[in-house]
Amino acid sequence: MSDDPRQTPRAKDGRAPDVFRPGAWVPMREYSEDDAVDFVIVGTGAGGGTLACKLAEHGFSVVAMDAGPYFRPLDDFASDEAEQSKLYWTDDRISAGENPVQLGSNNSGKAVGGSTVHFAMVSLRFRPEWFKSRTLLGYGFDWPLDWREMWHYYREVEDALKIAGPITYPWGPPRPRYPYRAHPLNAAAMALAQGCEAMGIAWTETPIATLSAPRGLAHPCVYRGFCVTGCSTNAKQSALVTWIPRAIAAGAEIRDLAMVGRVETGPDGLATGVHYHREGRWHFQKARNVVVAGYAIETPRLLLNSANARYPQGLANSSGLVGKYLMVQANQAVWGKMDAEIRSYKAPPSLAITEHWNYDDNKDFFGGYCYMSQGPLPQLWANTQLNAHGLWGEPLITEMQDYNHQVGLKIVGEMLPQERNGVTLAEDKDQYGLPIPRVSYSWCDNDKALIAHSLDFMEKALRAVDAKNIWRQEDDTCHLNGGARMGDDPRGSVVDADCRSWDIRNLWICDGSVFPTVGGVNPSLTIQAIACRTGDRIKQMAVRGEL
Amino acid sequence: MPDPSRYPGYDVLRKRHTPSWNDKTRQVIDARLAVPREPRFFDAHELATITAVADRLVPQPRNRPPIPVAALIDDKLHKGQEDGFRHEGMPREREAWQRGLAALDAEAQAQHGAPFLHLSGPQQDALLKQMEQGALNGPAWGGMPSQTFFKQRMAKDIVFAYYAHPTAWSEIGFGGPASPRGYVRLGYDQRDPWEAAESKDGDTESALRKNRHVG
Repeated sequence: MSDDPRQTPRAKDGRAPDVFRPGAWVPMREYSEDDAVDFVIVGTGAGGGTLACKLAEHGFSVVAMDAGPYFRPLDDFASDEAEQSKLYWTDDRISAGENPVQLGSNNSGKAVGGSTVHFAMVSLRFRPEWFKSRTLLGYGFDWPLDWREMWHYYREVEDALKIAGPITYPWGPPRPRYPYRAHPLNAAAMALAQGCEAMGIAWTETPIATLSAPRGLAHPCVYRGFCVTGCSTNAKQSALVTWIPRAIAAGAEIRDLAMVGRVETGPDGLATGVHYHREGRWHFQKARNVVVAGYAIETPRLLLNSANARYPQGLANSSGLVGKYLMVQANQAVWGKMDAEIRSYKAPPSLAITEHWNYDDNKDFFGGYCYMSQGPLPQLWANTQLNAHGLWGEPLITEMQDYNHQVGLKIVGEMLPQERNGVTLAEDKDQYGLPIPRVSYSWCDNDKALIAHSLDFMEKALRAVDAKNIWRQEDDTCHLNGGARMGDDPRGSVVDADCRSWDIRNLWICDGSVFPTVGGVNPSLTIQAIACRTGDRIKQMAVRGEL
Repeated sequence: MPDPSRYPGYDVLRKRHTPSWNDKTRQVIDARLAVPREPRFFDAHELATITAVADRLVPQPRNRPPIPVAALIDDKLHKGQEDGFRHEGMPREREAWQRGLAALDAEAQAQHGAPFLHLSGPQQDALLKQMEQGALNGPAWGGMPSQTFFKQRMAKDIVFAYYAHPTAWSEIGFGGPASPRGYVRLGYDQRDPWEAAESKDGDTESALRKNRHVG
């Protein structure tokens, strides 16, 4: 039988891959399709993987499905950009609007562990005011969550991932020391730090989800630099090597290569389970609760594709908001060359950060941004030179000769929620016969003002460290959030603060799509914190008979 | 013959048997170096046209063996590997490539009376420039925007293929595969002994000597 995890499911017959040992297995409980499990979860990334762990540890029966393969990083991951494109969601999608979003490698994972298998590991807390940005800052929407409660769950996630970070964090209310020590700076991070000091703003070591000390069977980071193409040494604390092994140990079942095509509802209007495709045919898993955790494109797509006679607009969509208010984040950069060798291919790409402009409200636009040091690998870097810098032919080859001297600063910037940005169904079908998503995105004037501010500031910061040949990458975006937002009002949101859909009380959504606003930091820590909170809330509701 | 490159004598493949390459890396790079040169998706004319385009977009290194750019793209399309998104108005990757190459030939015929392959370098560059700017829109494009085809498909795939090859990594002094050994020296102007040494101030000999010991 094939051992290609992209062809043949591995989590079967009472066992799942042991991600910590080459070729090894761990025992895994299995559930019958005909017995309703307490929770079936669609997706095993930052939202679904985390929630699977929490619910299993709270004693619920859980089956978590992922459309992607179940990798053992030590066996399956090469040190190679091209090969590792196997981590990305590369099913057909249409990208439209005035500013079409790059999907695939840029923001979409297809593996057990989801996009956390290839994320850049940057693990930041939201600024407290962002949870009430409409009330306190005058833009976007308020979240139904309190920042002080989120502070508690951020701590839980930081400890679960043994985040390596600074002793004191320069911005926001006090937080405890990070569990593991900060990593040393690489040259790219030193350039960021010197630029910040020259500009008179604070910087710090980036809190990051890769080990700076041993942890169980996982070794500390070796500064290999292939982080965004998957960590082959297990230093990266992805859901694949953290939440999911815990979930399995607590009795959850993972089904890999299992593509959920439709959530079924019964005569009472409640969800009854999911139809999923595995090993060449469609199956049905019964469940008392269904959690959709497919990230901000696949989640709305599945809810819309599950439309039926009772819910002709799609599930959980009486508000008409499923698929709307999608938000990416601005990801513009300024690049330059240093006389010194930088060799930014070494170590995690973003080891130093400034959140100055997330906490300074003396700006002429809403929202904020952080910026980080960068370390693009050759394929990505050459394509940036081609697409963003317009170089090809001898000018491209010549420019690439300076690869080891490149230095760059790149933002993660808050874009405003807009109703017109979102996910709808296209007419084309995918390999399962399901309508593919059409993703439409256009920047608003505030987005453009934020980008212009950041590019001006970062250019000054690079000049301050004597970088030469400075140029701006003006068109990049990152991350996906929104599309099924949470709120206090069933008419203005898809789910409540507990990620429970207003329309179908045993249908839950637990991933980045519940974000009402996106903030100016990478979203993964917040997605995981929300999942931890949801797990605890479900336990409390079960005790009170409110499920 | 003296090596005039920035990283004289550096060959990332010399690390193949060191702790910088794990088994999976050896397996995938071996397969890439042995990519079949006979096309399995394109026909011979299409393959030759891609090679001609690639020679303009990513001119081959002068003192290293050529990178089989067209064969790598043929391999990708043969296997059906896609980016995971396409702009509205763009067909899927296989169709985009075939239609785009036919349209490029049609534009070459219209402007110069010969297929792209048989044009001079400057003529080819001028056509590619027009494509990059979206100025090509003859009927053979079938409504596919030539600028999107250039940026999102043809030039992108060519650049990705070129920089997937160890020869290109050696050319730019990239450390290449690094699992599990990784790196130790991370600061300004710091180089681990298993990284490329750069030729500085015309001192080729010093870099050459260090690069001989990369491994």
